[in-house]
Amino acid sequence: MKNSIMTIMKKEFTRFFTDRRMVLTTVVMPGLMIYLLYTFMGSGLASQFETAEDYTANVYAVNLPESMKEARKDRALLEFTEISQEEAEKAQEELKSSDAEFDLLAVFPEDFDSQVAAYDVASGGAAPAVKIYYNSTDSDSQSSYSMMTELLDTYESALANKFDVNPGEEAYDLATEEGVSAQIFSMMVPMLLMVFLFSGCMAVAPESIAGEKERGTIATLLVTPMKRSHLAIGKIISLSVIAILSGLSSFLGMMLSLPKMMGDVDGVNASVYKMTDYLLVLLVVLSTVLVIITIVSIISAFARNVKEATGWVTPVMIISMLLGVTSMVDSLCMTEPVWFLIPLYNSVQSMNGIFSMDASVVNIAVTVAANVCYAGIGVFVLARMFDNEKVMFSK
Amino acid sequence: MKELLKVHNLRKTFKISAKQQKIEKTKERVKVAVDDLSFTAYEGEVFGLLGPNGAGKTTTLRMMSALVKPDKGDVLVDGASVVKEPAKVRGKIGFLTSELKLEEFFTPNYLFSFFSELHGVDKQTAEARKQNLFQKFGITKFAEVKVGDLSTGMKQKVSLVVSIVHDPDIIIFDEPTNGLDVLTAKVVTDFLLELKGQGKTIVVSTHIFSLIEKICDRVGIVIDGKMAVCDTLDNLTADKPLEEKFFDIFAERAGVINEK
Repeated sequence: MKNSIMTIMKKEFTRFFTDRRMVLTTVVMPGLMIYLLYTFMGSGLASQFETAEDYTANVYAVNLPESMKEARKDRALLEFTEISQEEAEKAQEELKSSDAEFDLLAVFPEDFDSQVAAYDVASGGAAPAVKIYYNSTDSDSQSSYSMMTELLDTYESALANKFDVNPGEEAYDLATEEGVSAQIFSMMVPMLLMVFLFSGCMAVAPESIAGEKERGTIATLLVTPMKRSHLAIGKIISLSVIAILSGLSSFLGMMLSLPKMMGDVDGVNASVYKMTDYLLVLLVVLSTVLVIITIVSIISAFARNVKEATGWVTPVMIISMLLGVTSMVDSLCMTEPVWFLIPLYNSVQSMNGIFSMDASVVNIAVTVAANVCYAGIGVFVLARMFDNEKVMFSK
Repeated sequence: MKELLKVHNLRKTFKISAKQQKIEKTKERVKVAVDDLSFTAYEGEVFGLLGPNGAGKTTTLRMMSALVKPDKGDVLVDGASVVKEPAKVRGKIGFLTSELKLEEFFTPNYLFSFFSELHGVDKQTAEARKQNLFQKFGITKFAEVKVGDLSTGMKQKVSLVVSIVHDPDIIIFDEPTNGLDVLTAKVVTDFLLELKGQGKTIVVSTHIFSLIEKICDRVGIVIDGKMAVCDTLDNLTADKPLEEKFFDIFAERAGVINEK
């Protein structure tokens, strides 16, 4: 009867792969949706910055001083239009709506240049004030405000230039492209992967176990001579394979689109990782899915129906997401092997280590071994549950 | 005659939930579903368990098919104990109850092969048996239709066929004609007679007197989880029809019928 495990697996695969709707929603859609979502989010963010960089700000100015006209020559993206004090009040009203013809209103005091020249910082008196009116809900106005304040800051610094910080074009940030990629991926990917893997498991396990209980089909299996452990193993392996496909789809979508979501930051791409890194990730993912599927299956076996199972699994998913966040907090990233015995946390930290290119083989080995052990214990528990009439026939 | 199925002092209790206590207006926390029940089914005979709803017939059949464990007692199925060798017992019997459902996504063809594999039937034997049973029950032209799209009667026929993929010598049927239209019920009844003719041992639970009279050799009347009477159909119906006899026994054992 050894092949009853295979028979159960074949049945689960047939059930899944011949149902186009299930394949589409569980395997195809997650990856595709993540890719499209992240890509659009990245493009949206990038286009915002592009607008700011190329846009010529139209600034209405009252009492525009000569110094500003000179300073503007280096900044072709600022265009000044001089207006009177009376027109300024009307302009302020216009700025409140985002369809004003100009982006900014700058009001300088009369004789701004001579007031600035005469001002003594040590005197403690009020400095000449420039008032800049803008509308933060309008992205052009907001960008223009940044450009204008930058122009004024530069002018102010130039008046008393005692020292410079990082002058010239030299690259002062010594981070490598690999380092930048590693930092971004190690922070984001473990948490997102945990969410995707859990979602994949939740999409299949409650339906396969609580669903069979709900529909009365599990009892039909239980009157066959098949061992309960074979039923548990067959279910867990097949559901894990399907959940892995779902997780891989999400993973692929994420790895391809993450650089786009980061606004195509120079050097941020998944190619910085070697094949061995991906294989280690795959190993951790496989063992993690086994653990998650086992947990979800056990919970589903207790539940009377799919709805109840999904409700009970949700808190566990939230816990796994919280554990996923530990990859973003340095103080929560433990490196001693004993910490890698904690299920789910060990997976997050192992993936964090791999993506930050600082993986410890011992910790990964502890993670995989511990996860396989937990899955084994889970199979034993699930088999006992299949043999428990109170659990299987609860109403 | 060989004792193929021996039920010995079976007892099964269930805990009653607070909700159930309210519904049944009882303070008892435990309900005795089957109480010290014994009977024997011999090779080639049809044994009928007759009783009202809630008498403990289904629980008894579930224990006989190793789906539920007895609190006390045992059932020996062709020598195998349901307590000690439940998997072996499940391999020897065919069990059909309306509570056992088939996955509606699959076709009769797929399900027959699936359950044949689980019972360890080789492909060739399974295929020949499938052809025979599908033809007998008129399933052939629906063989590739998903169970969910079949009529209730056809679903019941497929369930019956699937429960005997391994050609068991002992067959346990719980309310086999319950909820079926007259045509399908006749097909099932005729098939039970055919199985009897093949020398199979059949235990059938029902509250339909005509079915008992048509197919059973011996009858056990179960009331409140206890075996009230166990005798041959001929002896039971010697002085009066089965239905009258049943109500006499019921009134004697369980009190006034109306109170029940």
